[in-house]
Amino acid sequence: MAASTPPVACSNLWKVFGTAEKEALKHIVDDGLSKEEVFDRFGCVVGVADATFEVAAGEIFCIMGLSGSGKSTLVRHINRLIKPSLGSVFIHGEDINKFDERRLRELRATTIGMVFQHMSLWPHRSLIDNIAFGLEVQGIGPKERRKIALETLEMMGLVAWADRYPDELSGGMQQRVGIARAIAGNPSILLMDEPFSALDPLIRRQLQDQFLELSRSVKKTTIFITHDLEEAVRIGDRIAIMNDGVIIQIGTPEEIVMSPANDYVARFVEGGAKLQVLSAKSVMQPVASFRAANPIDDAAFDALTSVDPETKLNGIIQVALDADTPVRVVDDGKTVGVITSRDLLEGITVPSRAG
Amino acid sequence: MEFIKDPFEHLRIPIGDWTEYVLQLLVTNFRWLFQALREPVDFVLGGLEGLLTQAPPLLLLVVFTLFAWQIAGVRVMAIALACFTTIGLIGAWEEAMTTLAIVLTSILYCSAVGIPLGVASARSNTFDKWLRPVLDLMQTIPSFVYLVPVVMLFGIGNVPGVIVTIVYALPPVVRLTNLGIRQVPKDLTEAALAFGASRGELLRKIEFPLAMPSIMAGVNQTIMMSLSMVVVASMISVTGLGQMVLRGIGRLDVGLATVGGLGIVLLAIAIDRVSQGFAQDARSRNHLKWHEAGPIGLVRKLVINKKHSE
Repeated sequence: MAASTPPVACSNLWKVFGTAEKEALKHIVDDGLSKEEVFDRFGCVVGVADATFEVAAGEIFCIMGLSGSGKSTLVRHINRLIKPSLGSVFIHGEDINKFDERRLRELRATTIGMVFQHMSLWPHRSLIDNIAFGLEVQGIGPKERRKIALETLEMMGLVAWADRYPDELSGGMQQRVGIARAIAGNPSILLMDEPFSALDPLIRRQLQDQFLELSRSVKKTTIFITHDLEEAVRIGDRIAIMNDGVIIQIGTPEEIVMSPANDYVARFVEGGAKLQVLSAKSVMQPVASFRAANPIDDAAFDALTSVDPETKLNGIIQVALDADTPVRVVDDGKTVGVITSRDLLEGITVPSRAG
Repeated sequence: MEFIKDPFEHLRIPIGDWTEYVLQLLVTNFRWLFQALREPVDFVLGGLEGLLTQAPPLLLLVVFTLFAWQIAGVRVMAIALACFTTIGLIGAWEEAMTTLAIVLTSILYCSAVGIPLGVASARSNTFDKWLRPVLDLMQTIPSFVYLVPVVMLFGIGNVPGVIVTIVYALPPVVRLTNLGIRQVPKDLTEAALAFGASRGELLRKIEFPLAMPSIMAGVNQTIMMSLSMVVVASMISVTGLGQMVLRGIGRLDVGLATVGGLGIVLLAIAIDRVSQGFAQDARSRNHLKWHEAGPIGLVRKLVINKKHSE
């Protein structure tokens, strides 16, 4: 990873909101003031404090935190919708602080796509014109725009709605249009600001699946904001936990769940009780979906360790750790499901799936 | 002692003298500038007035009716037809056309000046802060007060009439443009910037279309205010319906005043309804494009159907 330039890198990023921004910053740098001291002395709110991270090519990087934790502010630095008070953002190795207005616009139109929490589709434009907006401002002609927009809609299964308007669509469909708009310009980086939070749970799940599938096929570097640990575990290759503008911990879902950096993270991932409650049948995935995602031959599949459907999570974890492979769930001699380490983690973090 | 009892007897700001002095200065040194300002107004007003008063009334009636249908639908077409027919029947057609030319010219210049001012004050809070009291002044100062200076600088007739009307009718379009642009949801403008739009593209492609109902409401208010200015403006010998009313009052001719007054009301109803057609948002028009509705839409449909059947 160190060898190639990461598509997105932030180094020592600070954002201070308030009239005394400059002065507050100086004291933060010189005297190492804390956020509370900054607020008391200057009346300035620290939105992002000293954020440093890198996102590798093709990676899905989740930023998780409660509302007000600064995650939306942080992500807006990456396409420079917000100007940092201090620190740098590198996109494909280039410091975008040094970009002029024209290059920034080009970056936003061609390199970075964004999906918003409340869809933010333009009500006076048809779906085609919503999706093609980024192409339009790049000066691409109407025929070409329409072609690309239709292809993108096709991917999201909304081609029949191409000339309709956003207000004619349900929330879930609108957000699919939001995603289509973000990927229409074929950007290498996707920013997703709580894209599924405003949707009801069933639709959310469906869109998460669709997004994961899409993400596997198009391979975009994605920064995904969420306030939902379950979602972060499901989607993220790595997760950054944010609180009060500070990134507390960055790690794989396993690392976050297994070894939380402090109490704050630990409270998020507390799933200890579930270990004794959940059983194999409630966390397993269907055999077909496992085999579709993991092409191994029948002999190898049958050789996987097996557990009983009623085995509790803590028992499965033991078996899975010993075997270091996915585990088959066998009922009456028949394989009814498979549990991967990710299924286990989801079982621990999902709030209410007691079985 | 006297002084303490009534200080205003001795202390006086000679505001009247100052005004006269400044005005005199302007008239003697800068009259050419104000005369030059007349030119563009004269140009548009002359053309419109010539067109509207020279064209045959029946032709105009048909054009107005079709225009109303195109812009605001069948119901408004019926209203406009009824209004203009009545204006003709009560014998106020020619005066109404002169007034219409004056009102249209005022609207044109009010929009041309007011909409950019509104955008500027939506963009900059400082500009807004300075412009607001000026607009307040323009709306509250009685129009009779600036009637005399305008005559001294611009002369009399229809062109100064339009200028007086612009001063009076400009504020609403500025205010409502400002409001409309400020009311565009922030997430929608942010999304446009996130996809690489420049400030100009943001304004043209996102903010203007979304603020259009509000801007058109402002234009509509401007229209109504310029119509209400018609009688006052006739005091500086602006012709048209206002002059009918003024002459009626002067001669105690109630009949003439009524014809003029009724003409103004009917003209106001017709223009108001048609201009509200512009203010409809896309959703209430079922997202139809302008060329898909009204008489043009009908013709288009017929032509396309014919092509298909051949």
